[in-house]
Amino acid sequence: MWRYLAPLGIFIVLVVFLSVGLKLDPREVPSPLINKPAPAFTLPKLHQPEQTVSPADFKGKVWLLNVWASWCVSCRAEHPVLNQMARTSAVPIIGLNYKDGRDVAQQWLQQRGDPYTVSAFDEDGRAGIDWGVYGVPETFVIDKRGNIRYKHTGPVDQKAVTDKIMPLVSELEKEPA
Amino acid sequence: MKKLILLLLFSVMGTAFAGVEVHKFEQAEQEQQYNRLIAELRCLVCQNQNLADSNAELAQDLRQEVYEMIQNGASDQEIVNFMVARYGDFVLYRPPFKTTTAFLWIGPFIILIAGFVILLVFIRKRKQAGAVELDESEHARARELLNEKNETDSQ
Repeated sequence: MWRYLAPLGIFIVLVVFLSVGLKLDPREVPSPLINKPAPAFTLPKLHQPEQTVSPADFKGKVWLLNVWASWCVSCRAEHPVLNQMARTSAVPIIGLNYKDGRDVAQQWLQQRGDPYTVSAFDEDGRAGIDWGVYGVPETFVIDKRGNIRYKHTGPVDQKAVTDKIMPLVSELEKEPA
Repeated sequence: MKKLILLLLFSVMGTAFAGVEVHKFEQAEQEQQYNRLIAELRCLVCQNQNLADSNAELAQDLRQEVYEMIQNGASDQEIVNFMVARYGDFVLYRPPFKTTTAFLWIGPFIILIAGFVILLVFIRKRKQAGAVELDESEHARARELLNEKNETDSQ
């Protein structure tokens, strides 16, 4: 009896492990910044280089930080979703223009629409390192007290917006500042 | 022909190292520290490479970061903490031992011990199965058969 059951048992265990492994995305590295204060930066604005922008400017609001670049191919895929979100919701989307050129970045937004309340210009990627950015695009949800509550790595699709981001945003908006 | 192959090999070598920037250190210990750290930190873009091997742009930036921190006199632990605070334990090729990583560290030994146990049980069973007691008539029959075989062999 065991002679037949043991291999079957081992096979089933293997199948379970492998099928779970198939569903895991190795690119989804859990961020240690969840529930931690958003890392500070003071960066020039993409459109107005003489002005600066900093996460402290948005204290008291729930906001999104979207890391993007004109050289990033999957940013093109998520851009219509961000445009849609900017049209239909009041949550500010702050762009972090990561390791990009000012001219190409502005041109890119001109062609594809600008969903960002403001874009910070992170030319050398230092702010990106502080935010633990490793795969553009990345999207963070920050609460009223300035803590990071959620991170989405990779392009945001409509499903992620309706299932995760927007419900979380409306939940966080109920929290006291 | 040999010369040609050698030439080809050298040209390949050139491109392989082309992306790695040169950092100058004042002290040999700092250079050792740098090499040690970039060998132990993982590149998050190409996840199966360390910072030393990776040519991804993020890896270049992080090497620069490590270099600058060393120049400012940071210890290994400070640099590792800096990386872990941003990228999590995943950035370490040798993750610390804690509840979330316990299985990672102990798992292989559990499997090894389980393998030994199964092996031992298997060998024991075999030994028991092999030791069959024969009575006198069976012994005689066995001798007969063996002799018969020897005779046919010698023919």
